[in-house]
Amino acid sequence: MRKNNNVRAPESQKRLKVKIADNPEDIGAMVHIEINEKKVSVPLGTTILEACRKNQIHIPTLCHHDDLCIAGVCRVCVVEVEGMKTLQAACSFPITNPVKIKTTSPRVRRARKNILDLLLSEHYGECYACVRNNNCELQALAKEYGVDHYNFGHIDKPKFQVDNSSYAVVRDMNKCVLCKRCVRTCIDLQEVGVLEAINRGEATYIGTFFDKPLADVICINCGQCINRCPTGALHANDPRDEIWAAIDDPEKHVIIQTAPSPRAAIGEEFGLEPGHSLTGEMNTALRRIGFDAVFDTNFAADLTVMEEGTELLLRLYKALAKGEPDVAIPQFTSCSPGWVKYLEHFYPDFINHLSSAKSPQQMFGALLKTFYPKIKNIDPANIVTVAVMPCAAKKFECNRPEMTDSGYKDIDYGLTTRELAQMIKEAGIYLPELPKSGFDDPFGDATGAGLIFGATGGVMEAALRTVLELVTGDKIENIFENAEIKPVRGFEGIRYAEIPVTKVGKVPGIISHLIPDFEWLKGITLKVAVAHGTANAKKVLEDIKNGGKFSHCHFIEFMACPGGCLGGGGQPIPTNAEIRRKRAEAIYKEERTLNYRKSHENPKLIRLYNEFLTDGPCGSVSHKLLHTTYTKRGSFIV
Amino acid sequence: MFVEEKSDIIDEIDKLIAKYGRNRSALLPVLHGIQKKYRYISDFAQQEIAKKLNIHPVEVYSVITFYSFLNKEPKGRNLVRICKSIVCDMKGKDAIVKALERELGIKMGETTKDKKITLEYLNCLGLCDKAPAMAINDRVYTNLTPEKAVELVNKIK
Amino acid sequence: MEGVKHNRFGPVIFSKYERGSAIERALAMSREDILFELKNSGLKGRGGAGFPTSTKWMLTAAAISDKKYLICNADEGEPGTFKDRVLLIEYPELVFDAMVVGGYTIGATEGIVYLRGEYEYLLDSLNDYLNGMRKDNLLGENILGKKGFNFDIRIFLGEGSYVCGEETALIESLEGHRGEARNRPPYPVNTGFMGKPTCVNNVETLATISHIIVKGSEWYKNFGTSKSKGTKLFSISGDCEKPGVYELEWGMKISDVLKLVGAKDTKAVQIGGASGVCLNSSQFDRTLAYEDVPTGGSIIIFNKKRSMLKVLKNFMEFFVEESCGQCTPCRIGNVKLLEAVKMIEENKLTFGYLKKLKELAETMKIASKCGLGQSSPNPFLSIIENFKEEIFNYAGGGEYAKE
Ligand SMILES: Cc1cc2nc3c(=O)[nH]c(=O)nc-3n(C[C@H](O)[C@H](O)[C@H](O)COP(=O)(O)O)c2cc1C
Ligand code: FES
Repeated sequence: MRKNNNVRAPESQKRLKVKIADNPEDIGAMVHIEINEKKVSVPLGTTILEACRKNQIHIPTLCHHDDLCIAGVCRVCVVEVEGMKTLQAACSFPITNPVKIKTTSPRVRRARKNILDLLLSEHYGECYACVRNNNCELQALAKEYGVDHYNFGHIDKPKFQVDNSSYAVVRDMNKCVLCKRCVRTCIDLQEVGVLEAINRGEATYIGTFFDKPLADVICINCGQCINRCPTGALHANDPRDEIWAAIDDPEKHVIIQTAPSPRAAIGEEFGLEPGHSLTGEMNTALRRIGFDAVFDTNFAADLTVMEEGTELLLRLYKALAKGEPDVAIPQFTSCSPGWVKYLEHFYPDFINHLSSAKSPQQMFGALLKTFYPKIKNIDPANIVTVAVMPCAAKKFECNRPEMTDSGYKDIDYGLTTRELAQMIKEAGIYLPELPKSGFDDPFGDATGAGLIFGATGGVMEAALRTVLELVTGDKIENIFENAEIKPVRGFEGIRYAEIPVTKVGKVPGIISHLIPDFEWLKGITLKVAVAHGTANAKKVLEDIKNGGKFSHCHFIEFMACPGGCLGGGGQPIPTNAEIRRKRAEAIYKEERTLNYRKSHENPKLIRLYNEFLTDGPCGSVSHKLLHTTYTKRGSFIV
Repeated sequence: MFVEEKSDIIDEIDKLIAKYGRNRSALLPVLHGIQKKYRYISDFAQQEIAKKLNIHPVEVYSVITFYSFLNKEPKGRNLVRICKSIVCDMKGKDAIVKALERELGIKMGETTKDKKITLEYLNCLGLCDKAPAMAINDRVYTNLTPEKAVELVNKIK
Repeated sequence: MEGVKHNRFGPVIFSKYERGSAIERALAMSREDILFELKNSGLKGRGGAGFPTSTKWMLTAAAISDKKYLICNADEGEPGTFKDRVLLIEYPELVFDAMVVGGYTIGATEGIVYLRGEYEYLLDSLNDYLNGMRKDNLLGENILGKKGFNFDIRIFLGEGSYVCGEETALIESLEGHRGEARNRPPYPVNTGFMGKPTCVNNVETLATISHIIVKGSEWYKNFGTSKSKGTKLFSISGDCEKPGVYELEWGMKISDVLKLVGAKDTKAVQIGGASGVCLNSSQFDRTLAYEDVPTGGSIIIFNKKRSMLKVLKNFMEFFVEESCGQCTPCRIGNVKLLEAVKMIEENKLTFGYLKKLKELAETMKIASKCGLGQSSPNPFLSIIENFKEEIFNYAGGGEYAKE
């Protein structure tokens, strides 16, 4: 086993190189500085940028991103530090002595303007023909500095071909400003390692291994790079035109399902502060746009809990009660397509740990082209299924060749939150002011368990609520106050929890043909873990390889994106820890108001098992439609 | 690429890593060693090195494209590099370049058909006191005239 | 390849020296005394930045760490500079002895020579030399019987990148990364190679130290001016009869240097290599010293036949190619300056735009991340300023000869 001692970020660019003093009382912990002749005190090691932000002094930035390690390359954040000949980049200058800083001297203003002019001279394209129009950091800077003409000219021909080989991410390097945020996202934050700077000097560009198209390298489609790109150089592969065409086609029955995270974030696209759920408003908007039916992905999430939970119990039963040797435990969740592809590429030997249950999106798709047309009497060939997802990888997932169990492409289009917001705007709708409405039958409103899938730890919590109730026969509220399983919540990169099973009940009818009794579970401590962001996933996987603590887990939730789905690559831009926290709050707040909060109590779901999936969870119908297989992709790039 | 060729590359990488250590700071010496032996660093070799040093292939590729002496594609067996920096430029590098291009029938940056010689520019060789200068593989030659340069290159033709 | 060894004459660096004598002397001294000698000598870094060497050593010595490094910067990539080559070929003892002294003083156990790829032909002989030192216990464990003092030197080969001479880019390169300069602070003396305290010194700086240790700082201070102590190696090339490496005392007039090397009809002198400044004949009575014209030691001489615009173009092409490309001012700024040269050639540059470019050049000098972008506008500004008449009367043509 190789130890990972090679962190890519150079020593001086790692976060908080100079440790910020945690106790301001300690001698020397605070440094007394002057910013624009105002005296302030900051903890030792604070960067000039942080110090200025704390004191409401605006410093323009471009390459800086709160989620990423320092780069200090764009130089638009330069400030004057008394006694130093050159200007210093505020984002990367740690304060260790009583400096005097000027943030708007003529020298500083002129330098920033010149740098901006240089960036604009190489930035190909026009703002009105760009996905990031009005949400572009370069454009905002140009506005801030009142740019009204190009001082150093403007490139008038594209230098690079646009790479739209990938289902998820489109790369247009003509708009790239070489801030390297995508590189730092891909290599440091996600540890996937697809993008790096190629060549040097003026010939530098961001590229892939041997300049191969993105579809041919080991990109997991998480789209985190898109969320952190300051310009339109990276964006998602946009299916809006096809969807509009389907809506306009009277033959087509166009269905949309909406995942939990978009509703908690879409308000941001309409100028609301992060943290407002617009579930009902969004439903109304979707109907006004012309979708024929609006369904809640959370219903399919409830279904996933049943299938994945049953699969877990089956695995545990085989391993613990029957002593079968080849059962892969811990079971890994499989709802995050970015994570699934990560595992297929980097840890292919682990794919038998992945739950065979499809993600909610794909389960729903399979139902929407089998069960649904049957009861509605529609030709499934005329059904078009769209999924609003916080995710870029979902676009790839619905195009996987395995995902055609209905006999059709189960999901036709994956639409990101951003793209949906765009469609709503195109339809002339101002979302926050719409009246609310619910979801359509036969699936109706889902449970809170499905809703919390949107936050990291949510899948685990939802599954635990169901599994623990099924196993103990006890109300989950008697084990965890308010049914909130706090140990798996939060934003810690990796979380671990142990839940002792002190009593067991009778096996519920729905799975009693699979497992005769639960006696073998009595006295066992259920060990679970949650990891979000593939860099954290890597740590857990390495630990499992080494036979560490996580190898003794029974069930682990993995999400490719930091924060889980609510931080997904299809969510509104910008993103940072604070925004993700507020989105999570919105989700948990809404969850508390719902009638049902456990998947197995969903009445419409019970009906589905009675009428369609008649041999129960993990039965033959569900195996055909709701479960899938994975591919050992490996990481060799051909 | 043939299997033997691949295992040969793997052996060579292992040897170099044993010498320079299994960590990222061995990257440049390992690349240098591979290039010395194979004249370029193939995509297979790059991925092998990345795997062994526990970094991403694109990082190896990125490093190779940064340094002008590292090649991702094969060049001629002999590398003829002419200094184009200021003093050599003043002292008649253009005439030498023209003579070599004429003699070999290729332009700067190209390789002869028989893959024997690649002509290239490089920046200051540090021999400005004896300009103009050029390097053929690892050796340097100074105070060149067009005839002398052609004569030297003819020896390896 | 080079001429006979040790046939050079000079007051300090080229004066007599016996291999190992600096090590022997230093090991008999306390670290404080060595640092004092250095401080008293007033020696400043010869790599170009001119930072006081004693301060650098002192800071590294004071840093607390289980491992420290001493790096000899032999990346000599500045066009028109070749003194380090001469030192490494003819006087390796001066360089390596001082590295051992440095290791002893700052508490480093490993010395690394970052040798530019263009000097690969020196590799074998340098390695042989190091082996000889090992044999004589000038390297290795308990050097010269000094209990607990272990130090060894290895040579690391660059791969053709000028910016890797910048000390933090050099360290990045050693760590197997692209040669992109780091953010500073923290400085290498605290957080350098592998995150450990690291002292980076130029070849010539080290060579000088060996003499200072043996002969004392008082002796060294006899040479030079009151503000610039000692001597300096000059790499002199271009239009003169006797190009080569000269050891000269600080404070010499440029016109005297020109006379010394047999330069005739001199129109311009580029001081400090491509990233230095270009002077015209009205400035030849200025002196080479930190207080007047500071320099890393390269002097390129141009006679009346040369076109200064072509010279400038050559320099700017160099910077466009060698910029690492990470920071905006240097990556795009140099391209704009080069474009301007081409515009002059085509008679398209307006004075209005030139004014903007001069402002841009100022921005590059103060806002670039490392010394490359901070100094690359120097030739642009100085050549445009000092050779205005020639350049703006210039019409077409592509030869250096401007009849
Ligand atoms: C672009 C650039 C190139 C440099 N190249 C060299 C070089 O080739 N050799 C060198 O000794 N210093 C070079 N330097 C200076 C080093 O950064 C550093 O200041 C020097 O190695 C310190 O040694 P000293 O204190 O002995 O001068 C360069 C600096 C810059 C900005
Ligand atoms: S934000 Fe500081 S250099 Fe880019």
